[in-house]
Amino acid sequence: MTVPMNALGDAFVWLNDPLNYQGSTGVPYLTYEHLYITGFSVLIASVIALPLALALGHTGRGGGLTVVVSNVSRAIPTLALLTIFAATSIGFGNRATIIALAVFAIPPLLTNTYVGVREVDRDVVEAARGMGLSGRSVLLRVELPLAVPLIAAGFRTATVQVVATATLAALVGGGGLGRIITDGFGQQDQPQILAGGILVALLALVTEGVLALVQRSVTPGRERPRVLRRRAALDTSAEVA
Amino acid sequence: MPFLSGVRAAPSVSTSGEAANPWFSWDYVQDNWADLQKAFVDHVLLSVETVVIGLLVAFPLAILAHRYHRLAAPVLGISGVLYTIPSLALFAFLVPLDAFGPNRRTVLFGLVMYALLVLVRNILTGLEGVPEDVREAAKGMGYGRARLLWQVEVPVALPTIMAGVRVATVSTVALVTVGVVVGYGGLGGLILRGFQNNFYRAEILTASVLTVALGLTFDVLLAGATRLMTPWSRGRGA
Repeated sequence: MTVPMNALGDAFVWLNDPLNYQGSTGVPYLTYEHLYITGFSVLIASVIALPLALALGHTGRGGGLTVVVSNVSRAIPTLALLTIFAATSIGFGNRATIIALAVFAIPPLLTNTYVGVREVDRDVVEAARGMGLSGRSVLLRVELPLAVPLIAAGFRTATVQVVATATLAALVGGGGLGRIITDGFGQQDQPQILAGGILVALLALVTEGVLALVQRSVTPGRERPRVLRRRAALDTSAEVA
Repeated sequence: MPFLSGVRAAPSVSTSGEAANPWFSWDYVQDNWADLQKAFVDHVLLSVETVVIGLLVAFPLAILAHRYHRLAAPVLGISGVLYTIPSLALFAFLVPLDAFGPNRRTVLFGLVMYALLVLVRNILTGLEGVPEDVREAAKGMGYGRARLLWQVEVPVALPTIMAGVRVATVSTVALVTVGVVVGYGGLGGLILRGFQNNFYRAEILTASVLTVALGLTFDVLLAGATRLMTPWSRGRGA
């Protein structure tokens, strides 16, 4: 088992080389590119999924739709959609990546938000109606605030999944930290492959940790255990990356 | 992996019109029948092996976590962390190891790891969901631990377990494509070859559609199998 230790040592040598931190193939720029792709994808997915899920949840329609969307999207390989978009007039590069990843970020946001609104205690909704709140006010002032913990769970699942899948963009000409790994494979550079793996895994785990804290902070104490358990049941709506 | 080098260099895109590079072409299918067939069979085998091995590993883990509740949190926690690590990074970790390297075993190992979380969680949830009355009744009838597990708890938990198998299978079929970085990606190999072959749309789309169709076919077959295995739950929407 000496070889793996050497490989790890070589990877740290790579990570300590200042040359790998410069220019458009350097770690800082690729990290920035990775986060920028992630941010835009999640933003686009949120703009589409949140209003739709709120409307569907409020009216109680479309429960079947959310299930179908998450089932079908699970069967579509991220790599396939990335490649297909790259071969359209969108062109390959970060724009195609952002759109492809946004498509996969929609199901977890849609499912969690829909369930979040549906699970609001019906008595609370009835009470709000009885106080004379309009449908719109019930949605924005009662259902939405109460659904925030689950929306945050969906946001976390979607974002972590996008951070992970964004690495695949490097296979079809996109940017981000995946580049380090695919270039490493291309040049048969073992230390670089491993160093890239470490950076990508680290970014995914840090994102997961930070968003777990965010989710906790928007979840009222009394609800925490219940919501977290439910999250466990729901995050199968995420694509494996 | 020489085929991965220089991906970022812009391949020249033919702008002479859509007809030059159609999304689907029978000629492509006929000319590349052998390649398609091989990639498809590889894809099916990798997927089936992953789920079978995944179940063989997940069952003991879930049963242990079910029997000794203190183990449940660490088992689910560790598989949750593994699930968060991007597949490309996982392959990057495995390839430099002596025991792995750029071969099929590496892909299989990675795929099994990702299938584990869903399988363990669903088996455990299913077993935990068996009503206490049912368990007590079986014990009262003299069932021992092993018989209680295999003849009562597992059958009752079967709908939940099979739901996990379906999710794991469909996800695995999609994820196999990423194995292309290690050289064993089934239909993913054709998707990437099409991309590098000057955006050969017919190749990209044919391989993509076959992958999705394979995943959905497995899903339908497993849904049917679930119905056959759990005749008692018919009509209850399980």
